[in-house]
Amino acid sequence: MAFDLFLLEVVISGLMTGVMYALVALGFVLIFKASGIFNFAQGVLALFAALALYDFLSEDGWFFSLFGFTLPVWLAIPATAAIMIFLAWIIERSVLRFLVKQDQIILFMATIGLAFVLEGLGDLLFGSDVKPLNIGIPQGASDWALDTFNLYIEKLEIVAAATAAVLVIILAIFFQKTRIGRALRAVADDHQAALSVGVSLDKIWVIVWSVSGIVALVAGIMWGSKSGVQFSLSLIALKALPVLILGGFTSVPGAIVGGLIIGVGEKVAEVYLGPYVGGALENWFAYMLALAFLLFRPQGLFGERIIERV
Amino acid sequence: MNDRAQDQILLEVDAISLSFGGVHALTDVSFDIRKGEVRSIIGPNGAGKSSMLNVINGFYHPQQGTITYQGQKRSQMKPHEAARGGIARTFQNIALFRGMSTLDNIMTGRNTQMSKGLFWQALRIGPALREEIENREFVEHVIDFLEIQAIRKTPVGKLPYGLQKRVELGRALAAEPTLLLLDEPMAGMNLEEKEDMSRFILETNEEFGTTIALIEHDMSVVMDISDRVVVLDYGRKIADGTPEEVRANQSVIDAYLGVSHD
Repeated sequence: MAFDLFLLEVVISGLMTGVMYALVALGFVLIFKASGIFNFAQGVLALFAALALYDFLSEDGWFFSLFGFTLPVWLAIPATAAIMIFLAWIIERSVLRFLVKQDQIILFMATIGLAFVLEGLGDLLFGSDVKPLNIGIPQGASDWALDTFNLYIEKLEIVAAATAAVLVIILAIFFQKTRIGRALRAVADDHQAALSVGVSLDKIWVIVWSVSGIVALVAGIMWGSKSGVQFSLSLIALKALPVLILGGFTSVPGAIVGGLIIGVGEKVAEVYLGPYVGGALENWFAYMLALAFLLFRPQGLFGERIIERV
Repeated sequence: MNDRAQDQILLEVDAISLSFGGVHALTDVSFDIRKGEVRSIIGPNGAGKSSMLNVINGFYHPQQGTITYQGQKRSQMKPHEAARGGIARTFQNIALFRGMSTLDNIMTGRNTQMSKGLFWQALRIGPALREEIENREFVEHVIDFLEIQAIRKTPVGKLPYGLQKRVELGRALAAEPTLLLLDEPMAGMNLEEKEDMSRFILETNEEFGTTIALIEHDMSVVMDISDRVVVLDYGRKIADGTPEEVRANQSVIDAYLGVSHD
């Protein structure tokens, strides 16, 4: 019995970590769906959002030194969202606009450049020390789960899971049932046809980058609350890569399921296989899984089937 | 031909020249399209017909010449300007959004009619929801008109070719276009499908007064439904007039049948 409970705890903790991966992967999927670009800067976007949010909230930030007061959480989050939208606009104006008809690899290179610029900018503006982000998400273990089921679950992870669920539902409705959602799917499907019905590519790109900037903000909040705002946050982008390979680059549900599988997989592997291989399995398990997928199912679980014509 | 507003010119292209590198796609082409007419553009393969449509809706920007649409003269169109100005089109090689349903594809045609902001749409409440419902109603009319009720929810990638062409027409009609550009709407269709399509084109023209510019290879269709025909060959205009005039024109006969060089 005790053994089973332990396994359950490991799985649940894996699921929760998976949700966090999925949040980052979601931002990748949005941009990839609408423009075919793998946005290397997604992780840095999450970092940047968390840094900006911290700045609004803390007394050693720019905002406090300029205005002499800090923002309450309910104002700081929309303000950070506004900054992410502004950032999306600047990226479209200064980078994407000039690369419209270029190969995808060139756009990919541009996002790598963007990642370094943003990381440098973040360092310059906010400093590179670890910052504790506290926006009032309850910390510690959930008493309810502990009392009722004798399970140890972090409250933060429950909040993260709920937030991710809400986010996915909103995004699904937005993509399926609204004009702009349809326009986004249209652009992803066929540029020319989208232009012919009056969709403006510039606008769509600003919207996509804004939406994925806001998703990055959510991811930044959750990761920042969990382990503090630090520059290694941008490295979770690397963990999102196997998630995307598993789920398929174009699928929103794929990002979620892929995140969960990786999260659970690496936790279970660490606990049960780790001792036999000297531990640290958690660090590379995801990549081995992704490698296996690349061999046997390169389009991922939910991705569009890749058909090459020769 | 519709009697009303017969002489009002909706669109005029003047001395259009378009080249890609050293290849001249169009050379000094001028013609006009009158309000309410069915205007066909014909010519052998590679004559520059599709290029002409692409110039009109802004996909291609000509090096020379001007385009006057609804009294506004410019040296080039931009695709979203053209769409907003009421120019809708279909493509020679069907360009539908393959992953979306028939209904969603046709809804994208309403893009220029819908204006509610991102904020409302993200939540799908208030004005955005009302707007969505109103436009959905219009789209249902288009679906009834084209007799495609049965495939409303089918992803268009799964539909047979003839029906895809019809959905593409539906997407263009959903925009309530002033000028409808059709690039070979009947290519690859059987006789019955061609008759259906001709009927839809004529009904669109007669009932809604939509001006139509049509590229088509089937001469019997062209002669049947066109008010006026312009003929291109090697990127130049070689004839322009009523179907009868064009049919009798010697350079048109030469272009289609070939001419002996002895």
